[in-house]
Amino acid sequence: MPQTRISSPLPARELAVDGLACERDERVLFSGLSLSLKPGELLLVEGQNGAGKTSLLRILCGLAEPVEGEVSWNGRAIHSQREDYAAELFYLGHLPGVKLDLSPEENLGFVRSLRNRPSREQILAALKAVGLYGYEDQPARTLSAGQRRRVALAGLCLSDAPLWILDEPFTALDKAGVAWLQDCLSSHLERGGLIVMTTHQALELGRQVRSLAL
Amino acid sequence: MSAGLMHAFVAVLRRDLLLALRRRGDSLNPLLFFVLAVTLFPLGIGPEPQRLAEVAPGVLWVAALLATLLSLDSLFRADHEDGALEQLMLMPQPLSVLVLAKILAHWLVSGLPLLLMSPLLGVVLHLPEASFGALFLGLALGTPVLSLVGAIGAALTVGLRRGGMLLSLLVLPLYVPVLIFGAGAVAQAGMGLSYAGQLAMLGALLALSLSLAPLACAAALRVTEN
Repeated sequence: MPQTRISSPLPARELAVDGLACERDERVLFSGLSLSLKPGELLLVEGQNGAGKTSLLRILCGLAEPVEGEVSWNGRAIHSQREDYAAELFYLGHLPGVKLDLSPEENLGFVRSLRNRPSREQILAALKAVGLYGYEDQPARTLSAGQRRRVALAGLCLSDAPLWILDEPFTALDKAGVAWLQDCLSSHLERGGLIVMTTHQALELGRQVRSLAL
Repeated sequence: MSAGLMHAFVAVLRRDLLLALRRRGDSLNPLLFFVLAVTLFPLGIGPEPQRLAEVAPGVLWVAALLATLLSLDSLFRADHEDGALEQLMLMPQPLSVLVLAKILAHWLVSGLPLLLMSPLLGVVLHLPEASFGALFLGLALGTPVLSLVGAIGAALTVGLRRGGMLLSLLVLPLYVPVLIFGAGAVAQAGMGLSYAGQLAMLGALLALSLSLAPLACAAALRVTEN
């Protein structure tokens, strides 16, 4: 698949987590979690099902509140700069947020129009990059699970956010899709981006990956 | 509003209207309910114009209120279930502005058709000629309040599997003032009295809910998605 990514360097940012604790139904999932992530680093969150991987990612995004501790972005707590932080974050959760009644082009166009407002050509190029060329006008309802996933992932091509938080991004992707996404991740790291992700897929990025076991 | 924020507002509004257009069957439900409920009354209580005209203000307003209530549950539910709500919450714009766009789309799809249909249903119920103005103006001010206030309930119950019942219980008490002033205006007009006071109250309720409901909705959504 062709690469359409923009390759200008990203602003240097730092994600720091201090003394984070998370509970679910009175059960402590993790506590005293501290770490920091610098440009060009990828943090792989590992753990068995139910270990709190998704909960951690949602806390890092600011969607959920930790019981204790603080997440900071560039030295400031994320809840004190919600909108600035949101502008520098690309989050892909379990549910891709793809509207089944809209076409891939409309879906991607909407999400991106609230961010960096790419042109129609850029949107079509991004859809082409994820292998949805020829499907851009069909309702997402008629696409397969992997293709719906690709609609959301196409946003990565258009994103200029330094921080990517991806929850199981490889789910439902075929081999070509996996290779494309690995490429996409490597070039983001090369540009000085930060990635926090969970996956059960073996990563081959040609660089050191930090891992965090929950 | 800055240009970027306005652009985002319009983008959300356009998306929701487009979705409503693609699911026309669901979108027409409130209007269908409104028409059916009102047209059943002449069959139920008899065709005497005198008696129908007497109950018309209350019937029209109660039917409009229940029709709105019917459509509320879906306001945030679809976005919640497919993850689009999470994405909205992580947008670099204030959530309250994006929510206001969603509420406006909801009103355009469910409230506005009721408003436009109401004069015709007034005729069905033999509403006195003098009351039509009050009915139309009252609904024009009142139905946006119903959407705005209802959205708070929808935001609070979006995380619950069967939130519909709770939503009605939460929202109905807050609808009571709108119902009283709305139906009151129509009844006053029918007796040839001034209904400016009732309309002023509805206008005040609209101003209040327009300024506070989006903020309350945004806060409620952040709590339920937590």
